Amino acid sequence: MNVNKKISLGLISLGLLLSLFSPAFAQGSEPTDDEVNAVARQLYCPVCENIPLDACGTAACEQWRGIIRDKLAEGWSEDQIKDYFVLQYGDRVLAEPPARGFNWLVYLVPLLVIAGGLVLLSFGFKRWRNGEPVRSPSRRSGGEQRSEKADEEYLRRVEKEIEARSRSQK
Amino acid sequence: MKKVLLWGGLVLFLAVLGVGLFRSQQGQLKIGKPAPDFELVSFDGETYRLSEFRGSVVVVNFWASWCESCKPEARDLEAAYQTYGPRGEVIFLGVDYVDTEPEALAYLEEFGITYPNGPDLRTEISQAFRIRGVPETFVIDQDGLISHLQIGPYSSLEEILASIDPLLE
Repeated sequence: MNVNKKISLGLISLGLLLSLFSPAFAQGSEPTDDEVNAVARQLYCPVCENIPLDACGTAACEQWRGIIRDKLAEGWSEDQIKDYFVLQYGDRVLAEPPARGFNWLVYLVPLLVIAGGLVLLSFGFKRWRNGEPVRSPSRRSGGEQRSEKADEEYLRRVEKEIEARSRSQK
Repeated sequence: MKKVLLWGGLVLFLAVLGVGLFRSQQGQLKIGKPAPDFELVSFDGETYRLSEFRGSVVVVNFWASWCESCKPEARDLEAAYQTYGPRGEVIFLGVDYVDTEPEALAYLEEFGITYPNGPDLRTEISQAFRIRGVPETFVIDQDGLISHLQIGPYSSLEEILASIDPLLE
């Protein structure tokens, strides 16, 4: 077998291998339930909020899954099908809202919260490494200071009592 | 400075949340208030704009082919349309909510509906009218104000006529 033949055979094998994993479907072939659900789980029907399309049992969702099946059989890609549903029913059918307008908040707020948490943690960690107290004694509340005084008074009385007892035993 | 930024961010975040909550918690449209304007492209490809019908009574019915409780009123709505149709004083528009076209067309054929119907593209019309489900029907007077809101199906042709006739006197 010459080199050209080997290359051709290799390319054909690679093509066959890739076709096994290809998400597109030949026109006219019947998509399986798994293939339909793979698209459906990325969509939410507005009629039954918070239930992904692949898990929803209403008549409306059944119709939607039928549309997905038809579109897959026609050779539409996942993105084309999702675009179709957005055009028909709006952005809210998407499990992952597109990053535009107010939707940006969905992506930004968690990042900001995490970033803020990390900043706070790093400050706390630095203080802890430097041996700084979390709160300085001077900033303690009046209640805490009063409690410390009461403790000291109590200890002094206990010491006096012990001294008195030891003297009386002698 | 840090505190100002932190508090500013927090206030902004709460304001956005508040606006979102307010919008989601808004109730039904009120009787006597202007109906939101909208454009409906029918299944036939015709375009209808609500504001173009000033001077006429407009009946806007939200429905869907998967909606069982829409079916009992479907023929009565068509009968009402036939009652007023030739006079042109009352316009009927059907807004098909979260539906699929083949099933919607089959539904229209099954119930013999001939007045204009079209899909609620991107659910913009239903969101503007803040509907909670289907069927819901809005009767809009000659000045574009909501005069009657029917939540759930009409029970008879007489009930439909009774919500329209006072506007024609």
